[in-house]
Amino acid sequence: MYDFNYHRPSSLDEAVTLLGQGEDVKVLAGGHTLLPTMKQRLAAPSDVVDLSRIAALKGIEATEGAVRIGAATSHADVAASGEVRNRIPALAALAARIGDPHVRNRGTLGGSIANNDPNADYPAACLALGATIVTTKREIAADDFFVDMFETALDEDEIVTRVDFPVPRRAGYAKFPNPASRYALVGVFVAEGGDGIRAAVTGAGPCVFRVPEMEAALGHDFSPAALEGIKVDAGGLNADIHASADYRAHLVGVMARRAVEAALEGR
Amino acid sequence: MARKPIQFRLNGKDEAVFVEEGQNLLDALRRQVGDTSPKYGCGQGTCGACTVLVDGEPRLSCLMLAESAEGASIETTAGLAGAELHPLQRAFLDGFAAQCGYCTSGMLMSAKALLDRNPSPTREQVVDAISGNICRCTGYEPIIDAILDAAARGAGRRSA
Repeated sequence: MYDFNYHRPSSLDEAVTLLGQGEDVKVLAGGHTLLPTMKQRLAAPSDVVDLSRIAALKGIEATEGAVRIGAATSHADVAASGEVRNRIPALAALAARIGDPHVRNRGTLGGSIANNDPNADYPAACLALGATIVTTKREIAADDFFVDMFETALDEDEIVTRVDFPVPRRAGYAKFPNPASRYALVGVFVAEGGDGIRAAVTGAGPCVFRVPEMEAALGHDFSPAALEGIKVDAGGLNADIHASADYRAHLVGVMARRAVEAALEGR
Repeated sequence: MARKPIQFRLNGKDEAVFVEEGQNLLDALRRQVGDTSPKYGCGQGTCGACTVLVDGEPRLSCLMLAESAEGASIETTAGLAGAELHPLQRAFLDGFAAQCGYCTSGMLMSAKALLDRNPSPTREQVVDAISGNICRCTGYEPIIDAILDAAARGAGRRSA
């Protein structure tokens, strides 16, 4: 790889200061997206700020009605957490099925949502659970955070510090993984929480999105059968070598029904 | 290109080398240290041939900056054998679990990480443990069998 300045700050303040210096500064979390991108010369930052040694960004804390997860917490730690498994089992199950062990040991919650890959799993959980994304500057509702493909509401010098997930009454996640990468070809997260039912779809479109028609149907009858006949329009969905837009639209229905089954079984 | 000194443990021994800014750990291990047991496959974090253990966890050394290895404890296939082959190596040999052999060192390290934590894994757990490692010639069955065989021979208990 070409030359750049590597920084590994031990505090968040130091990291924020570093982000304000240098001409093109990138934040490094797990590095499994940024480093391949740099190797392909699709990114060429002058400075890289490694967050891996900032203790304040790691850890899982249960509060009244919510689970707070530090942005630099790995997928493996979320999957193994007793708090997450007890209170939001669907979130633990989601983390356990991201990628492979190498990815789960390195990949972080904050890195995943800040990157906002259209096929990533966590955005669906954030949106369906009505999570709040806490940053070095403010708190952002998940509804406002995910803007478009690889685009979020984050400013250039803003770092995600943690995500607060309200504990739902019940929730479930189902995905059709790409067999090679295990990214979600389509993934649907269904949750029943304080403000009703939310169903969020990842993998199918350019950015995670909700399906109001499914949410309304599940509000009347929280069962897989309630979703029969609800079709998602393939217009605007992704089409690539892995799947056509029509196939993705079909999978949204299948995965949504499976997600409801998972929610009913509490897994 | 600026060079930076780093220190880490490699297979139980102290190493101190100069690495280049932007250099990845795989490259530093192979070129600066001379340990060629981790392999360069895709260089993009897809194939797993470069897997090493960093503080006990399987990691892709091609996607880890060498500078971030400062202070870490790293294990590679070169450190597996003592006076005798590690039970995983023996099981791979006995079970013909390698054809071209290019994926083997990565497979061995992912398998070691599993057995160090879970000496008696199920077949499903073995499959998950090597799901980040791609083999393009023997297929996976002999590899999975060999890891289960090594577990039965006490590989996990030995290294724990």
